[in-house]
Amino acid sequence: MPTQPVDVLIIGSGASGAAVAWSLAETKMHILCLEQGEWMKPSEYPSSGRDWEARQLNDFHYSPNRRARDTDYPINDANSPIKVANFNGVGGGTVLYAGHFPRFHPSDFRVRTLDGVADDWPIDYATLAPYYDENDRMMGVSGLAGDPAYPPHEPMMAPLPLGKSGATLARGLNKLGWHWWPSDSAIASEDYEGRARCINLAHCTSGCAQGAKASTDVTYWPAAIRAGVELRTRCRVREITRNNDGMASGVIYYDADGREQFQPAHVVILACNAIGTARILLNSNGLANSSGLVGKNLMFHPYARIAGWFEQELDGYRGPGNCIWSQEFYETDASRGFVRGYTFEFSRGQNPVMAAVHSMQIGRLPWGEDHHRAYRRLFCHRTGMVAICEDLPEEHNRVTLDPELKDCHGIPAPKINYTLSDNSRRMLDHAVARASEILRAAGAHDVWSEAPLADGGWHLMGTARMGTDPERSVVNEWGRSHDVKNLFVVDGSIFVTSAGVNPTRTIQALALYVADNIKSRLATLFD
Amino acid sequence: MLSDDQRRTLRCLAEMMIPASAEYDVPSAADDAIFADILRSFGRDQHHVMTVLCDLEGFADLDLPERRSRVAQLLEQRSEALKGVNSVILQCYYRDDRVMRSLGMEPRPPFPIGHEVEQGDWSLLDPVRKRPRLYREV
Repeated sequence: MPTQPVDVLIIGSGASGAAVAWSLAETKMHILCLEQGEWMKPSEYPSSGRDWEARQLNDFHYSPNRRARDTDYPINDANSPIKVANFNGVGGGTVLYAGHFPRFHPSDFRVRTLDGVADDWPIDYATLAPYYDENDRMMGVSGLAGDPAYPPHEPMMAPLPLGKSGATLARGLNKLGWHWWPSDSAIASEDYEGRARCINLAHCTSGCAQGAKASTDVTYWPAAIRAGVELRTRCRVREITRNNDGMASGVIYYDADGREQFQPAHVVILACNAIGTARILLNSNGLANSSGLVGKNLMFHPYARIAGWFEQELDGYRGPGNCIWSQEFYETDASRGFVRGYTFEFSRGQNPVMAAVHSMQIGRLPWGEDHHRAYRRLFCHRTGMVAICEDLPEEHNRVTLDPELKDCHGIPAPKINYTLSDNSRRMLDHAVARASEILRAAGAHDVWSEAPLADGGWHLMGTARMGTDPERSVVNEWGRSHDVKNLFVVDGSIFVTSAGVNPTRTIQALALYVADNIKSRLATLFD
Repeated sequence: MLSDDQRRTLRCLAEMMIPASAEYDVPSAADDAIFADILRSFGRDQHHVMTVLCDLEGFADLDLPERRSRVAQLLEQRSEALKGVNSVILQCYYRDDRVMRSLGMEPRPPFPIGHEVEQGDWSLLDPVRKRPRLYREV
């Protein structure tokens, strides 16, 4: 018997797939989500076992190439100084993200108008603001109202604790007269909607065993499934098929037993982020690519990591990584030698193994007799920050299909070609210099930095950009493909520019915005 | 599966990387329990460990000055393989009960007890509250 068509088929259950599924559920349409990974079991997250740090370097590593679970696919990122980080499972990248949850700024949507670079978005901050608010309620945000770096908004929970590390860094920032504020975090500082408050496990980036961090498997998905959405795991989509009218007719995927299946659908929504979405479109015989832009304009955020060591003991292995941020250098100032800007996000410290492994890698921790004395001067005495630099879109930074590399189902794997721009290099240099000033002002006796951070490809954006011009964009201003009128994209690939902040909150706000557009246009959706 | 020579070599490396310390009351990384843990824990670094051990054939039979000289060469090269060996040894050493106690930690995973973090002095935010708006209106 042929498989019955569904009304809406969503590919990917991460940040955006979960949000769009939940929002569309109120239509009572038959909604199916196909996820190549599986449900996570919080009781089995690394922080529950004595090998918690070892597992972060193995089956919970953020690189799919090192993690290499059977639910992952390989990525050829040899031609990129920044390596891709992701996770495949219900919740997607939110399972491993830190939960830093900044919004974009009004200026981030108008970079061409304000700074003469890249392109303006076809939507603005005011358009997304109600969707930011709705998403905040679903995810649960800790923070503090009144940040002068942002338009007013109200986090619903108290900020995460400042701690010894945050207070030390804040004193340094105050000496310099620079901005800082408690980070907006998708981590519950209080019990919230059935989720227990953060108990400072200091292991947010390997899955939160407490459930305090807002990964979508514990936020949107329970609500979406209660509302009737079907979520099918271990189903890897190979391609989207087209009918004779040029409309998407469904997808071909491999089920949990590795059997090829066809699932017909009236509407297909891609939610696989900028690598996965581009890969599926490119594997679908050039679907939705009359602009030639599918896979192009890949943006990471070039990161710098800067750390300092102090005489006094700091938070070390205690507390969530999230703490405070600074946007002193966020908005464009031409005197700095680059356009756009960056955010500093400050971290607390390190767990014992990572303190040893990283300190040895950077030449601070020796072999031999002096090992123990040196370690005790490092462990719990380090804090620092990352700088998240805005990456501008360039067409030569792109995702293609690797001619040889394939996943376990024989599907061609993505290949990344990416180079760092001169603007990004200047921004990174500026960030390292300013960060070093902060750490010295805070009392650090030793400072180290790495820029760009080689393994910092957490944020994936731009490979199916949105816009009103079908020749310069892949989807329109409400997420529908210009070419295929029942195909939508809701993930980071539709970003026009990257801003200088973590993208998840904006990805989810966009997904809710696209879902609302679908709901309000149901009668004329394919016109 | 390691050969006897490879096992002895790895144990020598562990001992040379982290010797025992009476001052801090900690064992060496070649301690029986820790070394047994290391042998079970190559994980994704198995090929790195094997690369280093194959390059160091006969290492355990060298005299101490020669071993030190080979290790100095190894450290100078800063190879990915050596990083893998370092990582495996360190991740087993710094989860040992005796070592964690010596560092002032309870020998347990973070969950479910968690940790305490002080709120900190929020009055530090006062000067920032007085700042004018930083973001650009559009």
